[in-house]
Amino acid sequence: MTVHFALGAVMNEGVDVAKEEAESKEGEKERFYRLSSADSRFKYELSRVPGSEKLLLCLQCGTCTADCPVARFSDSYRPIRILRMAQLGMRERVLSSDEIWLCATCFACSERCHQGVEFANILRALRNMAVKEGIIPPGFREIASNVLKTGFSNEITKFQRRKREKLGLPPLPNSNPERIAKLAEIVGFFSLIGRGDNRSV
Amino acid sequence: MSESAYLLYLGCAIPSRVLSYEVATRKVAEGLDLRLVEMPEFSCCGLPLDAISHDMMLVLAAQNLCLAEQQGLNIMTLCPGCNGTLCTVNETLKKDRGLRERVNGQLGEVGMEFRGEISVRHLVQVLLRDIGLKAIEDRVARPLKGLRAAAHHGCHLLRPSRHLGIDDPEHPTILKKLIEATGSRCLDYRNELECCGAPVMVTRPLDAAGGRLGKVGVSLQTTREKLVHLREAGAEALVTVCPSCYRMYDINQPIIERAFNESFNIPVLHYPELLALAMGTDPDELALNEHRIDTSKILQTG
Repeated sequence: MTVHFALGAVMNEGVDVAKEEAESKEGEKERFYRLSSADSRFKYELSRVPGSEKLLLCLQCGTCTADCPVARFSDSYRPIRILRMAQLGMRERVLSSDEIWLCATCFACSERCHQGVEFANILRALRNMAVKEGIIPPGFREIASNVLKTGFSNEITKFQRRKREKLGLPPLPNSNPERIAKLAEIVGFFSLIGRGDNRSV
Repeated sequence: MSESAYLLYLGCAIPSRVLSYEVATRKVAEGLDLRLVEMPEFSCCGLPLDAISHDMMLVLAAQNLCLAEQQGLNIMTLCPGCNGTLCTVNETLKKDRGLRERVNGQLGEVGMEFRGEISVRHLVQVLLRDIGLKAIEDRVARPLKGLRAAAHHGCHLLRPSRHLGIDDPEHPTILKKLIEATGSRCLDYRNELECCGAPVMVTRPLDAAGGRLGKVGVSLQTTREKLVHLREAGAEALVTVCPSCYRMYDINQPIIERAFNESFNIPVLHYPELLALAMGTDPDELALNEHRIDTSKILQTG
């Protein structure tokens, strides 16, 4: 017997997760997700990442989502839904979703969760996992390449350096891109950003 | 360790794109006898890379902390993003021995070691705790009487509060007190804690398609909402202490006005600019012409 899990509360609007993954008979498609296709170990894998330990304490109360500035304006970004999908083991669906890249890291969810779940940290862990699967949105890839090249997240142009001079500001010290590259090598950062395709939209 | 001198950690955005914040900070420090020491070297704090690799963020933040330890001075930050990252990593590495040993193993390969000898503070903390409201009020030569200003503390200045502990994360007053010290009024307005939306700008293409207003995207809609609330309250200036928040409210304000076909015209000042004006600094010595929204209305108050 196939176990189905009702996802009504989890996906009542926006992106229809069930549609893509459930193969059950017509009519059930939109409301059910076949748990046998889930990765039941995913929740443990995620809980082991520092900062995500309290994933399983989420009661689905929705405080995170009610207080989320992105959820207010986005039709599809719902922290409560990402949490439930992670708990249910919908690994592929979560890691390949656009939504995990929409968090503003404002920490309102982490601050107000009465279970101490710290969703912002869980989301960061999910992003790090997606990167390991080869998904990096172009904006983040550009930042990474700037840091490795110059030591700064945005390139500091000659024009900007001249403007500093004109405003009477001291010249900027040099950063040490060689050391940063060495550290990147040591923590395996190069192998992370080297592989995979840029997420195209 | 001298408490009155700080290493000035500028981060990435301020020294290239938000020079007005740096100019005003240096002016105010001069006037308040706050000694700022240049860092001989620094790099990105690591925050923007946290999304890609938490380990890379840790080691980048830690190497900046090591560079400060080598100077034997505490860090003063201007960007709450840098501040949150450096503070959190500093405190975590001080407490978590296992993590410290791991990070030190990595730093050791480039000849560095995190020893946990310094503290990281944001400009507003330094102003309030080290200088003090009384001393600031004493230096105000030209009180900005009659100005109706509003405070935007910014998310990363306050949260996660268990690492930062700068102020009450739900009812912050730190910036309000500093604004009132200049003689200006500080208005209450709706949803003061709302995020500026800046961090979502990076992935704007991913949300713009689903956003209710098409290409505008979530980030600018969030920015706009605060501008609406400020207009409702009759704010004549918004005061920020973050380069990202500033860019959203000032640099992007005309973009929002065009996209939504409405007018705000709310000048945005970095707090040290407001303070410098109140201390009687010649406006020409500040980089006010770097602002997108004309600030001359503010200069007429007081």
